[in-house]
Amino acid sequence: MKLFFSIQGGDFTRAGHPSSEVKKVLKQLDIDGKTIKNIVIALYEAEVNVVAHAWRGTVSVEIDENKIIIVVEDEGPGIPDIEQAMQAGFSTASKKVREMGFGAGMGLPNMKKNTDELIIESEVGKGTKVKMINCF
Amino acid sequence: MKVSEIVEKLDLKVYSGRKGLDREISGGYVSDLLSDVMGNAQEGEVWITLQVHQNVMAIASLKDLAAVILVNNLEPHENTVRHSDDENIPVLGTSLSTFEISGKLYQLLNQ
Repeated sequence: MKLFFSIQGGDFTRAGHPSSEVKKVLKQLDIDGKTIKNIVIALYEAEVNVVAHAWRGTVSVEIDENKIIIVVEDEGPGIPDIEQAMQAGFSTASKKVREMGFGAGMGLPNMKKNTDELIIESEVGKGTKVKMINCF
Repeated sequence: MKVSEIVEKLDLKVYSGRKGLDREISGGYVSDLLSDVMGNAQEGEVWITLQVHQNVMAIASLKDLAAVILVNNLEPHENTVRHSDDENIPVLGTSLSTFEISGKLYQLLNQ
């Protein structure tokens, strides 16, 4: 099964929509509750990263009987130092984003913690591609 | 304990999501950092916060939280109310500070 969503940079009103849809589908497929929770946390964080930092992005989801592969790809500023970005508490979020309670430097660590595999590729000035795999 | 019982016992205002007042409460979580709630809150918990924008409801819904309590007389944004009604997750309010309402809720849930 494949699902596809687009994300608009800066539009916090729609943040969480793809996560919510994926959650519904996984529930219908009778996937274990703990696994669904992990996937939803990771995808939500990835969505918020695109909204908070990038200009636009897409979410592609592929589900088969053993696993779910989620690819979140954006056109945006990119991440100069991925290792640094992965550190808990490191953030480049704007003041406005922080006032909303986002941008505490917990997003990427949350994604790492809640996925079986997390692969991040980024090019400064072009964008970032995040691939997350969770096994059922 | 149901959400309706804490509304009554802690004298909370109900802003929205009335259909969710019979949700069962498993505990509470206190944070104004959304990723913290996303990563650490558990299903059925009541979330105490000062954030009032609609992303609060996105998180409450994704995490299957029982209700949200806004502190210090803060009021939810209009689209927060709408989202709360759609998801049947109540948004509640108190004049108390986070410290005071957390203490009262903790005491009530651990009686």
